[in-house]
Amino acid sequence: MASLHYWARRLIQIIFVVLGIAVINFFLLHLAPGDAASVLAGEAGAASPDYMAALRAQFGLDQPLYIQFARYIGNILTFNLGFSFRQGLPVLDLILQRLPATLLLMGTSIGFAFLGGSALGVLAARRVGRGADIVISTVALLFYATPLFWIGIVLVVVFSVWLDWLPVGGMSSIESGYGGIAYALDVARHLVLPAVTLGLFYLAAYTRLMRASVLSVMSRDFIRSARARGVDERRLMRRHVVPNALLPVVTMLGVQIGSILGGAVLVETVFAWPGLGRLAFEALFQRDLNLLLGILLCSSIIVVLVNLGVDLLYSVLDPRIELN
Amino acid sequence: MALAEPDELGAPAGALMPQSGPCLAMRLLRRPCAVIGLILLAVILFMAASANWLYPDDPLDMVALPFLWPGDDPAFPLGTDMLGRDLIAGIFHGARVSLAIGVVATFVSLLIGVGIGLLAGYHGKRLDQGLMRATELFQTIPPFLFVLAVVAILQPSIPAIVLAIGITSWPGLARIVRAETLKLRQSEFVEALIGMGLPSWRIILFHILPGTLAPIIVSASMMVATAILTESSLAFLGLGDPNVISWGGMVGAGREVLRTDWYVATLPGIAILVAVLALNLLGDGLNDALDAKQHQ
Repeated sequence: MASLHYWARRLIQIIFVVLGIAVINFFLLHLAPGDAASVLAGEAGAASPDYMAALRAQFGLDQPLYIQFARYIGNILTFNLGFSFRQGLPVLDLILQRLPATLLLMGTSIGFAFLGGSALGVLAARRVGRGADIVISTVALLFYATPLFWIGIVLVVVFSVWLDWLPVGGMSSIESGYGGIAYALDVARHLVLPAVTLGLFYLAAYTRLMRASVLSVMSRDFIRSARARGVDERRLMRRHVVPNALLPVVTMLGVQIGSILGGAVLVETVFAWPGLGRLAFEALFQRDLNLLLGILLCSSIIVVLVNLGVDLLYSVLDPRIELN
Repeated sequence: MALAEPDELGAPAGALMPQSGPCLAMRLLRRPCAVIGLILLAVILFMAASANWLYPDDPLDMVALPFLWPGDDPAFPLGTDMLGRDLIAGIFHGARVSLAIGVVATFVSLLIGVGIGLLAGYHGKRLDQGLMRATELFQTIPPFLFVLAVVAILQPSIPAIVLAIGITSWPGLARIVRAETLKLRQSEFVEALIGMGLPSWRIILFHILPGTLAPIIVSASMMVATAILTESSLAFLGLGDPNVISWGGMVGAGREVLRTDWYVATLPGIAILVAVLALNLLGDGLNDALDAKQHQ
């Protein structure tokens, strides 16, 4: 029954987050100079006061603020995120169109950062104070301080311009008309640079964290007693140290998911990757606030869902932890 | 029993306070990483302080032929960009903008984060629950997207950027300060101060806040680094203040000529790297130094 209670609480949390962000979004929309009617009128070049009034009535902008607010919340709770006049499509459709590309990019980056960071962290911790540790720690420190967009640009110069190994941007070579496996390989080739760019910062973060975590687990009593019992070094690492040391890294992954989504905006802009971040960038410059705030809401929901996944992963890694 | 003066009873708070005197400085200087951080930070501070004096002209003005490569002309050691602007002058002036935005935005987050952390931790109960719910909400929204939305709505300008970074980067700090405050709130000396009828704002400000300073100092140094990264990312996307030069904006402008003149985009990025690295090293060093202090 504990798990039923857990799911109920999680559901309430998701509703609370959606409502909270809806309130913030509504507030931001009303902070913006001009309303949708004046933006549309500006588009058209000129508008008579009558036309403006008609537009406002059409969007409900002539209603008192609390009615507009109630309507906005009602819309969001029924997954109606409004209409993007720029793109001529409902906001939700646009977001769902772009979501898979972003999830592919994020998933690959996180996998790369998580596996690479954990492996390098273990390696550095086992050779603590020696050459390999110093090299790994220094490189991790450098990548931890490097702006994402700059890494992207340097990788493009080296691997696309100088070496001509990988494509500069985009998600697939449209003209080739590939299908099946050839298409998947083509997308994979386009994915390498963006995924590495987005992942390097987190790889550095997880390396630092895993190194510290392994060192702290190794100094605990149960490791000493396992060693005294004659458990061999490899098994000790695999069965006792790594699963315990991974817990803080998994926690960090949950904490950082929002920041990874933010990084995706930069990476998708550098590599013209057709995902949610690129959509946010377009919305920004077309002053398509409905779309921008819809993306903000959806990415926050992604954060909540990923944290749910992290909780589940946690109870797998450490069976003593119950979901509550 | 004679009632002691409130300030005498406040002494234990002083004992919990990190000593920020020569002792901490010595501890910091014994760590090679922190020393490297301080040296790099001094370089950036020197660039910011001397920009107007070494490069008095507006760094956005055209001063030479475009596309002078680094080393082509000794008068322009890092070369010029596609509009003939001196890159080294831009990097020096950019240091002023980055540091100013980083420090002021961090100050805004400190006000919000420390304030919420102290109030939630001290008063507890419903207020604590409400404030922590709000903190969780702000932690759920992806910070960079939030900053983008705020800057896009307020129009790009330095105050808007500072405000946007300030109101999105406080939740982590609020949680740390709350945890420290909760610990202090249960200590005997705070119970005594309450028993003596000291107003809660005095207890919070003069007796609890000093005890939470150590983690605040460490977080602040890391927060300036993050704010500099965020500002440069905004400028890179073209959302910087158009009237001032910025490292991120220089990288963004240089993207146009990446194929042929890659130095235009890459050189200013190294400045960002150095500034952020300096602050991270300093933060790590402070963390270790203050930690060692507490374990004594």
